[in-house]
Amino acid sequence: MTFHDLFPILFFLCLLTLFALPLGEFMAKVFNGKRTFLTRIVGPVERVLYRVFGVNEKEEMSWKTYAFSLIIFNAIGIMGLFILQLIQGWLPFNPQKFGAVRWDTALNAAISFVTNTNWQSYSGEMTMSYFTQMAGLTVQNFLSAAVGLSSVIALIRGFIRRTAETIGNFWVDLTRSLLYVLLPLTIIWAIVLSSQGVVQTLRPSIHARTLEGREQVIALGPTASQVAIKQLGTNGGGFFNTNSAHPFESPTPLTDFMEVFGLMLLPVSLPLTFGAMLNKRRQGWAIFASMMALFLIGLAVTLWSEFQGNPILERIGIHNGINMEGKEVRFGVIHSILFAQSTTAVASGAVNSMHDSLMPLSGLVLIFNMAIGEVIFGGVGVGLIGMIIYAILTMFLAGLMIGRTPEFIGKKLEPYEMMMSVIAVLSPAVTMLLMASIAISTKIGLSSLSNAGPHGLSEVLYAYASSANNNGSAFAGLNANTLFYNLTTSFAMLVGRFSTIFPALAISGSLAKKQIIPVSTGTFPTTNMLFVMMLVGVVIVVGALTFFPALTLGPLLEHLLVQIGKTF
Amino acid sequence: MRQVKQPILVFVVFSVLCGLIYPLFMTAISQFLFPWKSNGSIITSANEILGSELIGQKFDGPKYFHGRPSETDPAYNASASTGSNLGPSNAKWIEAVKKRVGRVRHENRLPPQAAIPADLVLVSASGLDPHISVESAMLQVKRIARERGLSEAKVEEIVRQSVELRLLGIWGQPRVNVLKLNLAMDQLKGE
Repeated sequence: MTFHDLFPILFFLCLLTLFALPLGEFMAKVFNGKRTFLTRIVGPVERVLYRVFGVNEKEEMSWKTYAFSLIIFNAIGIMGLFILQLIQGWLPFNPQKFGAVRWDTALNAAISFVTNTNWQSYSGEMTMSYFTQMAGLTVQNFLSAAVGLSSVIALIRGFIRRTAETIGNFWVDLTRSLLYVLLPLTIIWAIVLSSQGVVQTLRPSIHARTLEGREQVIALGPTASQVAIKQLGTNGGGFFNTNSAHPFESPTPLTDFMEVFGLMLLPVSLPLTFGAMLNKRRQGWAIFASMMALFLIGLAVTLWSEFQGNPILERIGIHNGINMEGKEVRFGVIHSILFAQSTTAVASGAVNSMHDSLMPLSGLVLIFNMAIGEVIFGGVGVGLIGMIIYAILTMFLAGLMIGRTPEFIGKKLEPYEMMMSVIAVLSPAVTMLLMASIAISTKIGLSSLSNAGPHGLSEVLYAYASSANNNGSAFAGLNANTLFYNLTTSFAMLVGRFSTIFPALAISGSLAKKQIIPVSTGTFPTTNMLFVMMLVGVVIVVGALTFFPALTLGPLLEHLLVQIGKTF
Repeated sequence: MRQVKQPILVFVVFSVLCGLIYPLFMTAISQFLFPWKSNGSIITSANEILGSELIGQKFDGPKYFHGRPSETDPAYNASASTGSNLGPSNAKWIEAVKKRVGRVRHENRLPPQAAIPADLVLVSASGLDPHISVESAMLQVKRIARERGLSEAKVEEIVRQSVELRLLGIWGQPRVNVLKLNLAMDQLKGE
């Protein structure tokens, strides 16, 4: 690793922060209902939609109504997408004549896309018609991100309001997320991507005769429009099976830059939106700093581990033992790792390399990023929710240490908030470990593995870390398109999504009712270095206590065995 | 009733907006602005489709530069992309790599201990990687020159001309597009 390798990463992170600043402020304005530079164009459309929906913009909801609207909306989304996949054979835009998707695969995909996980047990170019990709999957790419965004805005309102019964209007937040934030960004991204060779067409596959005279069938499709939102909405469900490693999803260094930048952009901006909405920008930066610290720690370990190379490969004659298995030449080791670290940190799940073939310690960090609950920036909206919940836990611990009633941003934290926070932190973790134990102790679970030894355990851990925390990337050697994995990962995805969103809305409802406590000399400051260190410490300690036994038996053990040249 | 009708209405309206209007609008724009690229960057010769500039092809004849190993079935199947998904301690994988290393050394008449660039013997992520590293291309220069009766200097020059650089010198990796390189070699013969 040289400066030449590290400079692009430095440049990337600086540029990202630079863009996050105005975007964070912009989103705060949008969700506060203030005028922005887009209001002139989007405003009329917004008002027409409210009239069509029968929504009164000024009418607000209690947290229960908000949560109820959200769940009904998602239930309809799951049903709609499920049915669409079953009847795609009769629908238009299906030049490859794909028939109905198998029911368990279809159910898995429906839940997966609605919960912003985008775990894919199917292979895009061999399963889904262009119509399903557009009118089904692309739609949920947008909607799931918008739902995540709405949820975190509702949570933030809980901190702002005093003695209030309502936390906003779900339909208004949803519409604003789509019209002001997601659609404009997506259109820009889609145009840049297609200028580089990402395909965007409704024509059928091409039959070519190669230079050596072989037959080659090249799958096409409306890809750029889906890849753009797949990156920006932290969805990650590829149009093609190999996602952003496929040359038609990311053909050049510029598309790679746009895609990794796009997948980080909204999650990185949201802590700043948080600060702006509270009118306590230092608070936003404190959360941002905690997330960035966790991101950099993980990035350092993955880069180090991958640049070490594989000693077994070196012995059999590969130059420096560089591990290019499952990586593309145009990205190389450095950009594959930056993408892998980013995609697991922000709950995207898009990949530009095959994670199953990464070095064991890289795999360990990726699993850890997901397992702690996707709070290192995290998925659009839900990532910040997760971190705010960790902050509530941190303030509770701080309160215990100094012997005062814990409070956070002027709101007193009581047993109800603590209970909800613990539910949110523990549910995905318990689900992940429980499901993984079932999978590795049953024949039906083990028969899907493609690698033996500790790496097999890593495949299973990765699958449930990814699904229970709504990431969606995979150690793809695991054949997940079986009844067992389709159903268990579906369950994990539902738990992961709603055990984050419901407690968040409940906390918001409870906080909104409370008075705001004025800052006094006894208030524990939450905008300084000490707070950042404590928050980072709590995340790492909770994660380490929960997952290190499992991670030791999987990736850590494999790392040690690879060092002494043991294979399975 | 309103509590069910309203969500359905919102769902349908946004499905039309994000699922039909948006992607079809993007298709129209891309087809207008970048017609060649949005239809797959297809290379044709004498009305025959040779392939896509962005999608790798299998080359195993001695006269052509070889690309990366592909795990798709058959190799470089552009309608079923996949990687190997084999992990770093997989015994079968190590055996397969050993064999590929042996073959590359044999085909290019390299000494038995010569270190091989990783990309030439390790499977790409998509199975369709159109590129190899500059080192991997240089390693094959002697063979190509011999097989085509050209000077090594000439072949090396063509390789150098086809190197694609990092974006702004910082993003991506220097690389050679194997299909374009082999096309350039074939065209040389025609001159």
